[in-house]
Amino acid sequence: MTESVKNTLLFVVVGGLILLTGFTQSWNSAILILNMGLISAIMAIGVNLQWGFAGLFNVGVMGFVALGGLAVVLVSTAPTPGAWSSGGYGIVLSLLLGAATVVAAVLVATRMPKGRAQTLTIVAILTVGFFVYRAVFDPSVAGVEAIDPAVAGNLGGLNLPVLVAWPAGGLLAAGAAWLIGKTALGLRSDYLAIATLGIAEIIIAIMKNEDWLARGVKNVYGIPRPAPVVGYEVELQNDPGFVARADWFGLDPVIASTLSVKLGYSLLFMIVLLALLWMAQMALKSPWGRMMRAIRDNEVAAEAMGKDVTRRHLQIFVLGSAICGIAGAMMTTLDGQLTPGTYNPLRFTFLVWVMVIVGGSGNNFGAVLGAFLIWFLWVQVEPMGLWFMSLITSSMPDGSALKSHLIDSAAHMRLFTMGLVLLIVLRFSPRGLIPEK
Amino acid sequence: MDLLNALVALSNFVIVPAVAYGSQLALGALGVTLIYGILRFSNFAHGDTMAFGAMIAVLVTWGLQAAGVSFGPLPTALLALPFAILGCIVLVLITDQLVYRFYREQKAKPVILVIVSMGVMFIMNGLVRFIIGPDDQRFSDGARFIISARDFKAMTGLREGLAIKTSQGITLVVAVVAVALLFWFLNKTRTGKSMRAYSDNEDLALLSGINPERVVMITWIIVAALATTAGVLYGLDKSFKPFVYFQLLLPIFASAIVGGLGNPLGAIAGGFIIAFSEVTVTYAWKKVLTYVAPESLAPSGLVQFLSTDYKFAVSFAILLIVLLFKPTGLFKGKAV
Repeated sequence: MTESVKNTLLFVVVGGLILLTGFTQSWNSAILILNMGLISAIMAIGVNLQWGFAGLFNVGVMGFVALGGLAVVLVSTAPTPGAWSSGGYGIVLSLLLGAATVVAAVLVATRMPKGRAQTLTIVAILTVGFFVYRAVFDPSVAGVEAIDPAVAGNLGGLNLPVLVAWPAGGLLAAGAAWLIGKTALGLRSDYLAIATLGIAEIIIAIMKNEDWLARGVKNVYGIPRPAPVVGYEVELQNDPGFVARADWFGLDPVIASTLSVKLGYSLLFMIVLLALLWMAQMALKSPWGRMMRAIRDNEVAAEAMGKDVTRRHLQIFVLGSAICGIAGAMMTTLDGQLTPGTYNPLRFTFLVWVMVIVGGSGNNFGAVLGAFLIWFLWVQVEPMGLWFMSLITSSMPDGSALKSHLIDSAAHMRLFTMGLVLLIVLRFSPRGLIPEK
Repeated sequence: MDLLNALVALSNFVIVPAVAYGSQLALGALGVTLIYGILRFSNFAHGDTMAFGAMIAVLVTWGLQAAGVSFGPLPTALLALPFAILGCIVLVLITDQLVYRFYREQKAKPVILVIVSMGVMFIMNGLVRFIIGPDDQRFSDGARFIISARDFKAMTGLREGLAIKTSQGITLVVAVVAVALLFWFLNKTRTGKSMRAYSDNEDLALLSGINPERVVMITWIIVAALATTAGVLYGLDKSFKPFVYFQLLLPIFASAIVGGLGNPLGAIAGGFIIAFSEVTVTYAWKKVLTYVAPESLAPSGLVQFLSTDYKFAVSFAILLIVLLFKPTGLFKGKAV
């Protein structure tokens, strides 16, 4: 069996698993798995770019995904009336002042001769800058958050089409990644891991607490859909043409409309995934990709050949994070809401890592395969665990404490299974299902 | 100007909580730093090891409470601690044999071990959720306060009260005992010395006949004991919730790195540095300042630099500053 036949077979198997869900459970859940699988695949391509190509250990994926979601709210929701005049400009001004303070401190740190005078100047700049920033920031925020806090209280967005928000999410994540990379890249791998882990937590903390930005834990609902590809169920059900077509398939119009909406998303996501996959493949095969792998395998040698390792690392860190940001924006669009409280590093950082490692780090197709497979497992382990638990508890008497505990806890089998899969793959097939060529 | 009241308020809201939190972080960071020194990787599963140990303590405490055993004014969890440590030791030794040992023999790169520890993290996290569930569990009992704010006010006649929770007192005492034992072990016993030798120079240690597997085993035993103690103390002081332990990973790593990875003394110093900065930056200073400042200058706002939700940001900022200006940490660690 040749390499390509084996890989095709692997994809067919995963596709078959999703189809099986459609036949045995419901097509609705099958398409849901497909959609989130597509988004996960994009995240996995981003992480694979950083880890597989360049060996950068980024465990802050969650932060970039969340920033992508934030971009959707800032770009495509309607602006809150009066928010800008009652404090929006003040917030922007204060953020600029804050940034100016940091830039001034960095300039002093690099330009002034070292010594006590330098330290004192930096401390003075930071202290004064902080209080000026708070003096402008606090009243502006209070102004914005006072506007109709039950449904708004935030700046709102630019009211642009939601598809514009996807690249915007990538840009926002890329900007954050550039800032982070400037400071944290160049640290050794463990430290970079801790640094990115921390930054992701901070991004989530900001999104939870800064209500003026995207309503914090009060969540933003009703994010517009990417019409006309994705419609609204009610409109479809009132469209006689659609009802006729549904009838032709032998489907109930209500079910047909939900399926059609979800398939619309699948189509869009598939286009994005294929485009990104093509680009990643091109990058991998190009001289740039070979250079990246050379840097990954031996930094010292690559440096001796005249490659600027730090700059290349920064470049690929920004690119990979941007892809995660796009995926995050797509996910928020699919959900139709932004809920900062639901971002959890196990789900959004470490699970993506499991996808990349299981699929095969360094191989884009491997990352995509791993994403679909692991997402399928993530969704299906819960019902399988439940079934398994009812099987082993079937001989126990009804109402026994152990039985009910086992059945209640079956939902938590997920994390356990993911860890087990990761460890087994690392042990017996450390290069993943589709290894790097 | 009322320095005495200011001092009491400061102790009550900043010093006492920060000392307790710092001790918990220090114990956690000692575990991380020992693993780094001996096994040479950053253990992402440490937070979940703490959660696992604490979970056993919670279960044993419930058992003891049901059996009517109590420890007088002290929390029953202290009686459960030895059992919990034992359980945690069993778990980490099994993990080491089944998982880490293979990569040690392969001489795998540290970053592979970090990824492996991610897998272990998932499994331990799943185990804890499976056994006890993801919710908050209360298991502290006994007297709540060593000295309550009201008693303190009645005793001293001051306007400000100073409350010291039993859990805070216990945390400090247990942490001091644990650290003293650890340092005695590392510096005075033959096994401890062989551990330090192995950490300093693996090849030389092997040459002089030190058995590496034994060193690794003892390291895991100590780490399990420290992690469980830290986990139980944190749970007594706040409450037991599995996800919170996972989130403790960040301040613990920050403590270990700030002090210098691989350096036990640094881990303790780092723990207190992180704890004190987190508490001082997120504390609303209005109360203390009103006592200190003259009437006319009394602050109008809360004088809180950052809201408490940003405490991660504080530990992280310190971590970054130390990494950028002194990559080996404040006390010389072994990482480059």
